[in-house]
Amino acid sequence: MNWLLQVLAITSFSMRTIPQRRGPSIAAVVGIAGVVAVLVGVLSIAAGFRAALTSKVGEDIAIVLRASADSESTSGLEREAVRVILDSPNIESASAELFSLINLPRRSTGTDSNVAIRGVSADASKVRGGITILEGRMFEPGRNEVIAGAGAARSFAKLNVGDSFRVGTNTWNVVGVFSSGGGSEESEVWTDAAILQSAYDRGDSYNSVLVRLPTPDAFDAFKDSLTGDPRLKVKVLRLSTYLADQGEMLTEFITGLGFAIASLMALGAVFGALNTMYSAVAGRTREIATLRALGFGASPIVLSVLAESLVLALIGGALGAGLAYAAFNGYQASTINWQTFSQIAFAFAVTPPLLVAAIVWAALMGLVGGFFPALRAANIPIANALREG
Amino acid sequence: MTDSNASTNDAPIVSVRKVEKTFRRGGEEIRVLDALDLDVPKGEFLALMGPSGSGKTTLLNLIGGLDQPTGGSVVVAGEHIEDLSSRELADWRAENIGFVFQFYNLLPVLSAARNVELPLLLTSLSRAERKRHVAVALEAVGLSHRASHTPRTLSGGEQQRVGIARAIVTDPTLLLCDEPTGDLDRKSGDEILSLLQALNRDQGKTIIMVTHDPHASARAARTVHLEKGQLVSSVVAGAMA
Repeated sequence: MNWLLQVLAITSFSMRTIPQRRGPSIAAVVGIAGVVAVLVGVLSIAAGFRAALTSKVGEDIAIVLRASADSESTSGLEREAVRVILDSPNIESASAELFSLINLPRRSTGTDSNVAIRGVSADASKVRGGITILEGRMFEPGRNEVIAGAGAARSFAKLNVGDSFRVGTNTWNVVGVFSSGGGSEESEVWTDAAILQSAYDRGDSYNSVLVRLPTPDAFDAFKDSLTGDPRLKVKVLRLSTYLADQGEMLTEFITGLGFAIASLMALGAVFGALNTMYSAVAGRTREIATLRALGFGASPIVLSVLAESLVLALIGGALGAGLAYAAFNGYQASTINWQTFSQIAFAFAVTPPLLVAAIVWAALMGLVGGFFPALRAANIPIANALREG
Repeated sequence: MTDSNASTNDAPIVSVRKVEKTFRRGGEEIRVLDALDLDVPKGEFLALMGPSGSGKTTLLNLIGGLDQPTGGSVVVAGEHIEDLSSRELADWRAENIGFVFQFYNLLPVLSAARNVELPLLLTSLSRAERKRHVAVALEAVGLSHRASHTPRTLSGGEQQRVGIARAIVTDPTLLLCDEPTGDLDRKSGDEILSLLQALNRDQGKTIIMVTHDPHASARAARTVHLEKGQLVSSVVAGAMA
């Protein structure tokens, strides 16, 4: 109790002297705020990208691919296999789909980039749910018509309703723009699967079959029925799992990059905090020596210095996280998905876990920055320091 | 010489025997105290005098447990303080020693009362009891009316009174004063010396005071002189050693 009282008392004194050390304290806070803002900013890209791929996907949607495939692009399902899949019991709805890439000029740079074009069946909207036409109308089966996802329409030229574009020998007319509530489909262009098959000489094969099950719990039975069927060589995944895996390489890279940048910056910020706390200790040398002479222990002194450093760091952390939230949350961007090579539109997402990570990061910087000055404070030679000016 | 000229017949509350203190500076060993003996009886007001570098402040620091001797023993109130660990010394200081510093060493962000209360935070006293003790200490130094003032708004003399109140608030065994009037004008210095005399006379406080000032040492019951780390004379007020 007595020890705790010492800690609280000394911490309270040191906090009250912060205004006398305004300059270095503000420098430390700003340094840490900068690191946290950058860290949260970069990680919000990964969080937004991951959310764009997975957040709108229900657990009752499954995707069927060829057994050896690791993505839709490398998967192929013949007509017979698709028929067996579509005839499975306990399916709410299904869509056999083709997936390919086309080149369109980006609105921002005018340079060509890959856009995913998806040939879908009549039930594609029903399987996914939440697909709404924002502008224009749905494409008509059997015609060279496409609808563009809202994210794709925002990022690429020639995807406004009424536009048309050529790919190979085919001309495609844009008749609508759709939303999937922020899901990955918004980065795609959709058309009739049968038309895409003939345009790309795919015969009657597909890349994948998307299936809506009656309940999420029905997944295991559905999976077992297909993988146990000797006529099929397929793998069955929940769509959410598949999409998360597809984005994993990029999200891991961005997360790694975020921490690498933040670590380098943190090194600078820690030196800033060290400098601040060393000067705080130096400025309070006589005061600390006086407290020690009166009988206050070394450990309460250490904790008070750490507490001050921690408080400054947390203020910096909160400031940085707030700045990152204001600057980045919801910022619209698009990037290429390294596993499908298509552009994915997404919004930066400053999520609560990111904010917590930011505060933890700031606290670590504060503790590291305060540690050595705290040791110095504890080891001040009392007799000499009592006479320092 | 050895100190055998105590002013009372009581058993010494401070007993320094063959104390040595050396410092290393740039590879050179500097002997600050050299086999020094000193006894201070309970209730004595002792002045330590000597030129700069004679070792008087070092001796005061050793008696106060702020530093450890290189050799010899320092016994205060029956405790061999040279044997105590740093942590034990801190507890011992809190219980036994009241320090008065030349530059007052008050915490500028705290009021006079909160400064005086500091040593009481190391005790098990309740908040109300601490408040009562602070009021008594401030009353003893005549500063009750300035309790809520911060050091910046107090004169040098007043700040030193707060320092003395802080030193006596726990009723310590020993008051150690390091140049208590060194930063004050003559008038304020006299007031502080009178206060110390009154604490010694009326409350029986044992006081050891380091000073350069013969005017200050004249207020003490005995003055010992140090030179080159050795005790060279001990003069009882009104007599020659």
